[in-house]
Amino acid sequence: MSISQTPTPVVNGQPRKLPSLPAPTLVKWLRDMHLIREFEVRCMQSYQEKKIGGFCHVYIGQEAVAVGCVAAMKHEDPIVTAYRDHGHALARGMTSRACMAEMYGKVGGCAKGKGGSMHMFDRPNNLYGGHGIVGAQTPLGAGLAFGTKYEDEVVNGGKNRRVTLAFLGDGAVNQGAFYEAMNLAGLFDLPVIFIVENNGYSMGTAIHRGTTMSHDLCIKGRAHGLKEATIDGMDVLAVYQDMHALAEWCRENSRPAIVDMKCYRYKGHSMSDPRKYRTREEEERHESNDPIGKYERALLDHGVVTDESIKEIMKACREEVRDAIQFSNESPEPPMSDLYTDVFVEPWGRFTGSSQPEFTGGASNVCTFRATDGKEGLV
Amino acid sequence: MSATMSSPVMSNPIFREPETLGGAVREIEFRDAIREAMSEEMRRDKRVFLLGEEVAQYDGAYKVSKGMLAEFGERRIIDTPISESGFAGMAIGAAMMGLRPICEFMSWSFSLVAADPILNNAPKMLYMSGGQWGCPIVFRGNDGAGGQLGSTHSWCVEGLFSNVPGVKIVIPSCPADAKGLMKTAIRDDDPVFFLESERMLGNKGHVPEGEYLIPFGHAAVRRKGTDCTLCSWGRPVNFCLEAAEILAKEGISCEVIDLRTIRPLDLPTVVASVRKTNCAVVVDQSWSFSSPGGELAALIHKHCFDDLDNFVHRVHSDDVPTPYSSKLEQEYLPNVRKICEAVRAATYRA
Ligand SMILES: Cc1ncc(C[n+]2csc(CCOP(=O)(O)OP(=O)(O)O)c2C)c(N)n1
Ligand SMILES: [Mg+2]
Repeated sequence: MSISQTPTPVVNGQPRKLPSLPAPTLVKWLRDMHLIREFEVRCMQSYQEKKIGGFCHVYIGQEAVAVGCVAAMKHEDPIVTAYRDHGHALARGMTSRACMAEMYGKVGGCAKGKGGSMHMFDRPNNLYGGHGIVGAQTPLGAGLAFGTKYEDEVVNGGKNRRVTLAFLGDGAVNQGAFYEAMNLAGLFDLPVIFIVENNGYSMGTAIHRGTTMSHDLCIKGRAHGLKEATIDGMDVLAVYQDMHALAEWCRENSRPAIVDMKCYRYKGHSMSDPRKYRTREEEERHESNDPIGKYERALLDHGVVTDESIKEIMKACREEVRDAIQFSNESPEPPMSDLYTDVFVEPWGRFTGSSQPEFTGGASNVCTFRATDGKEGLV
Repeated sequence: MSATMSSPVMSNPIFREPETLGGAVREIEFRDAIREAMSEEMRRDKRVFLLGEEVAQYDGAYKVSKGMLAEFGERRIIDTPISESGFAGMAIGAAMMGLRPICEFMSWSFSLVAADPILNNAPKMLYMSGGQWGCPIVFRGNDGAGGQLGSTHSWCVEGLFSNVPGVKIVIPSCPADAKGLMKTAIRDDDPVFFLESERMLGNKGHVPEGEYLIPFGHAAVRRKGTDCTLCSWGRPVNFCLEAAEILAKEGISCEVIDLRTIRPLDLPTVVASVRKTNCAVVVDQSWSFSSPGGELAALIHKHCFDDLDNFVHRVHSDDVPTPYSSKLEQEYLPNVRKICEAVRAATYRA
């Protein structure tokens, strides 16, 4: 397998080699990256207009990571990530409507307005959450891999089929939970890939100010016997190819891996960050290595797209996001009764101050448990 | 208007209530008040230092420590990685060694990552060592719901931590108290959990020039009244004052008591008030089940059993994880409407 150890060089004049995949697939990656960028730009506007509340972390600059990683996996492979999660959600197939409406706190959102920007969950698309607590998702990632492996091998008596992607930031590398998760993954042969989206900063802290041996984050996995890969996260082709090879190795061998995914976030940490800790010159240097522009050039060189078709893609993305915003504006506020649902699987209502909560559902719903064969029913 | 000014603690001259200082009116923000307290104590004692995420070069995620790096330098204002369990434990070790750390959690919600050191080490050190080592440390940060931060970021940790013996818990409601209580916290020889609110950091209030420390366990009577005693701490005290204003127009006179610290808890001030009003409503932002509000209500029932005209009514956050949606979050939190309803019910005016 080929895992590039250095960022893929841009060879002037020499067309980049494309993976042998159908043209529509390659075009979809471009469309997904454009969609994420357009979505995030409009997110920032909506935040300014106070349509979106709380904390909001945008993904601009890192689009190639989510798109390339998702493309390298199968849809049944679970994904879990942190709070900078809109890109992963959209790449995984969440609709712009569901993602935007969640941030608007409306019933049309992926979690009916209960989760918000940092907590995007999408069961049909096997996205097991954005998670707000730094590092918290890494043991969950190990657990998802434990779950798929157990189901494939113990319950179904076959061979491990699925690989989990657990994304984290370079700042999250310093949480103890991450080391415990890696040790467990190594110990139990869990097919999980910890992808460190190394954008060089955790909030205002440049990586070397908070992390030892920060020149190579794969070192953090070495003590736990993880397979390593350093990948240029500003290049969707490199991300796809290296991640595909790595994921297939993890699938085949049922073993964990760590990826130092080098990338850059163009905007502030969240909406309230004036970015005084870095220079405009540094930002421009990274922006000139833009993953979208680079990929467009590669596709143009091979005639997969034309200037015209790129314009159409961008127009379609703008329309999709405009529609998502209109949908979010029109989607109703959650009804007050929603405050008390989803606390338990049983439809219990508010705490009444006695041992009995108010039941919001009929009494027959009260003892619905999940039966052991996976089908729901009364037991 | 503070209670128990004649108590033995208040006879110690370092303790003074801010309104006794006089001088010109000086309005500063809550965050400035905390910073002034930390800076004054750091000038006074070299063993005091501040550590936490983004506290130094970034001036604090919420600008509480703005400018402190410039004054005190990087040996005393220390940026940490995102390693709550590690740096909280490290600070406790340093406190055992005789230093006096101020350990900032960007949000108390993140302190859950450090639950073991802050609950299993700090509050038990003195007891487990038979009095050999105490733990003079202040943990501080934002507590409670911010604005739409969702379930993971909106913890009211007093609901969890007030159950633990060996910690002192301070929850100020205004800038003047924040300053005086923070100075006391830093000089205290025991672990102190100091709970601020992101929603109040920009609130302005009069903070007098000149030094004062506010003792723990001394409630403040924020408003005098005759019909119902409203007891609260932290941000909801301000909602109680708003509710009292509305209720006054309806002819219900509320006495508003700001407990300021919930461990220790100033029961005498509460009991004296309830004996007068014969009615009590407790307002507590944490969840109702096994909460400090529940504890206070039980104590009022015990000590004012014959004085009460009704059972003690309570207003809490609803018993569900904090929702993101603004509409649901407003309804979830203790708010002015809910407080008014509870007072009307408790005084039989519903
Ligand atoms: C346990 C915990 N501590 C602190 C925070 C506050 N916080 C949120 S994001 C962040 C920086 C994380 O940086 P990194 O992991 O590099 O991810 P990035 O933002 O670059 O995507 C911090 C300190 C948190 N959410 N959880
Ligand atoms: Mg980062």
